[in-house]
Amino acid sequence: MLEATEVAVEFASRGRRARAVDGVNLSIGAGEIVALVGESGCGKTTLARTLLGLERPTSGQVSYDGTPLSYTGRRLRAFRRQVQLVLQDPMGSLNPRQTVYEAVAEGPRIHGLPDEEEVVASALSRAGLRPPERFFLRYPHELSGGQRQRVVIAGALALSPKLLIADEPVASLDASVRGEILALLLRLRDELGLAALVVTHDLGLAWNIADRVAVMYLGRIVESGSTEEVLTNPQHPYTQALLSVLPESPQRIVLSGEPPDPTRIPTGCRFHPRCQLVAAGKGADACHTTPLPVLPPTTTGSEVACHLAQVPTPR
Amino acid sequence: MSLLEVDDLSVTYRIAAGDVPAVRGVSLSLDAGEALGLAGESGSGKSSVAMALLRLLPRSARLDGRVLLDGEDVLAMKWGRLRAVRWSAASIVFQGAQHGLNPVQRIGDQIAEPLLVHRLASGAQASARVRELLEQVGLPTWRARSYPHELSGGQRQRVMIAMALACSPRLIIADEPTTALDLMVQAQVLTLIRRLIAEHDISLLMISHDLSVLADVCDRLAVMYAGRLVEAGPSSGEFRHPYSQALAAAFPTVGDPASRLAPRGLAGDPPDPQQLPGGCAFHPRCPVALESCSSTPVDLRPAGERRTAACVLVGEDRARGN
Ligand SMILES: Nc1ncnc2c1ncn2[C@@H]1O[C@H](COP(=O)(O)OP(=O)(O)OP(=O)(O)O)[C@@H](O)[C@H]1O
Ligand SMILES: Nc1ncnc2c1ncn2[C@@H]1O[C@H](COP(=O)(O)OP(=O)(O)OP(=O)(O)O)[C@@H](O)[C@H]1O
Ligand code: SF4
Ligand SMILES: [Mg+2]
Ligand SMILES: [Mg+2]
Repeated sequence: MLEATEVAVEFASRGRRARAVDGVNLSIGAGEIVALVGESGCGKTTLARTLLGLERPTSGQVSYDGTPLSYTGRRLRAFRRQVQLVLQDPMGSLNPRQTVYEAVAEGPRIHGLPDEEEVVASALSRAGLRPPERFFLRYPHELSGGQRQRVVIAGALALSPKLLIADEPVASLDASVRGEILALLLRLRDELGLAALVVTHDLGLAWNIADRVAVMYLGRIVESGSTEEVLTNPQHPYTQALLSVLPESPQRIVLSGEPPDPTRIPTGCRFHPRCQLVAAGKGADACHTTPLPVLPPTTTGSEVACHLAQVPTPR
Repeated sequence: MSLLEVDDLSVTYRIAAGDVPAVRGVSLSLDAGEALGLAGESGSGKSSVAMALLRLLPRSARLDGRVLLDGEDVLAMKWGRLRAVRWSAASIVFQGAQHGLNPVQRIGDQIAEPLLVHRLASGAQASARVRELLEQVGLPTWRARSYPHELSGGQRQRVMIAMALACSPRLIIADEPTTALDLMVQAQVLTLIRRLIAEHDISLLMISHDLSVLADVCDRLAVMYAGRLVEAGPSSGEFRHPYSQALAAAFPTVGDPASRLAPRGLAGDPPDPQQLPGGCAFHPRCPVALESCSSTPVDLRPAGERRTAACVLVGEDRARGN
């Protein structure tokens, strides 16, 4: 449904070029929930914004239902109705002086939808704020964190989108509330066929709701596949390290060093300066010298960008 | 003897709209060299407990109960003594404090400041100590000359830990030391904390809303709900209180088929401290509440091996008979 092909996004950063997204193939099918995971600064938000048409790729393209995105006029507007953004930090994305009703009605008004009140009420109740009328006149500060995140989701649902792109949708919420919001995303998928790309650095969240997982490192997807496969049988050393620092993991691989800099992408495998296999002397010469190809978008099998990984045979 | 002994501690904020009972009778103790984790959702009173231990609360707060640090009553201390204790005996890593580093001062100078202010070291000694501390927290010594904006979040958090260690305290209180850090950086900081408490025989009170983070570092866990402890016990054991259980279930185990496509949360909203429900404060959200729960308050009671929990459904008998 939504597809990124060889997408790259560059920023100018202090006279240098930061390749925040550096060649990504990713597709999200109808009714599918895909988790995009990776550490801070690896380019998740930039990729998400590009998929939404908020950022123009420096190269490559984004297409929706087979048609490349247009960045002007009516077609962009139509696309924006189909694909909605849900941001982290509900307090930041709600206007404190706007009532819940006004916040949710904004999208339908921009797109000139009829029956505004009905649209708002049904969006609120689908987001689990019931009865919706009770919330119409409330202000964000009169709601709990979980309720605020539901209002943000209701705002997105009001346009009956086909796809939600949710950037860290529960990062600022309490553990007890988090499960409720994730359950809501699953229910919306089951009831409305709503697809979602969930951007997060929380692997538990991916395990909780995603059908597929794409692991991003320094602007590239380094491993992708079904959630079960990627999270229980990771092939890329970076994915293995990420999973190893979860509390339930018996043996930790704590990578040293900080997340790397997109203005200086290492030669060879971009992960090699931090790779635990290279550090243990088990790397290959290619790790230092030969860049890895951009992974194709997967819809069924798994893909790994590592010189040493045993790529599982596609089924 | 316990290094820290907290007895029936209460914190009440007085605001225009009335009193906010943020902490309502919390008792706990911490032995030398022991690590205790304090969990609970936002607003349950964790930071208020932490601040109360060193009397760092705003003036609008009323404090009741007793806090003994090495046998000395913190709540009765004179100002001068309290200031000395705050640096030498116990120090605190504040929630979100890595954003509070002075942006125009080099981090080495910020780490050295308490040593110089409290005349614990000369200038040269302080510089040597700063280098030693940076090494302990895994930062290269040249970082002493960096400004905060030149560091990443994880590096700033290391600076905060170095500052807490500066005067060799026996107790460190760490309030959400890894929240907002991502997974790998969090793992680095937790590994560091674990190593430091083991090597220097420091006691640790660590606060987080993330049980898995606490279980990783702490020997014992305590869980707060609405200003009270609802459970305390060894971090290796199973939780008995329905709230702790819900909190634990909210963090899925990757690979566990039971949580696959089945996120679990807790219905209902966190309680408003100014309108606390009667009886057990958790009863409106409790999946297994009895009728009596809405009217009869429940105190902590024995709930198995070195464990206490405040729920009518737990008791010695049930713990044994299961
Ligand atoms: N507008 C911009 N100008 C220059 N650099 C940018 C811009 N936006 C992002 N970057 C850089 O691009 C990289 C990727 O940023 P991005 O926000 O996409 O990361 P992220 O994976 O979402 O991280 P986080 O988990 O912290 O949200 C970072 O190094 C960031 O500093
Ligand atoms: N200065 C203050 N004045 C009035 N009320 C306050 C003040 N500080 C905290 N509170 C209230 O006291 C209660 C406990 O707050 P506290 O900061 O201790 O919670 P916490 O458990 O640390 O939460 P978090 O996980 O969000 O940090 C909350 O209801 C809060 O709104
Ligand atoms: S290609 Fe080499 S450096 Fe890169 S992840 Fe694989 S083993 Fe590590
Ligand atoms: Mg981001
Ligand atoms: Mg707090």
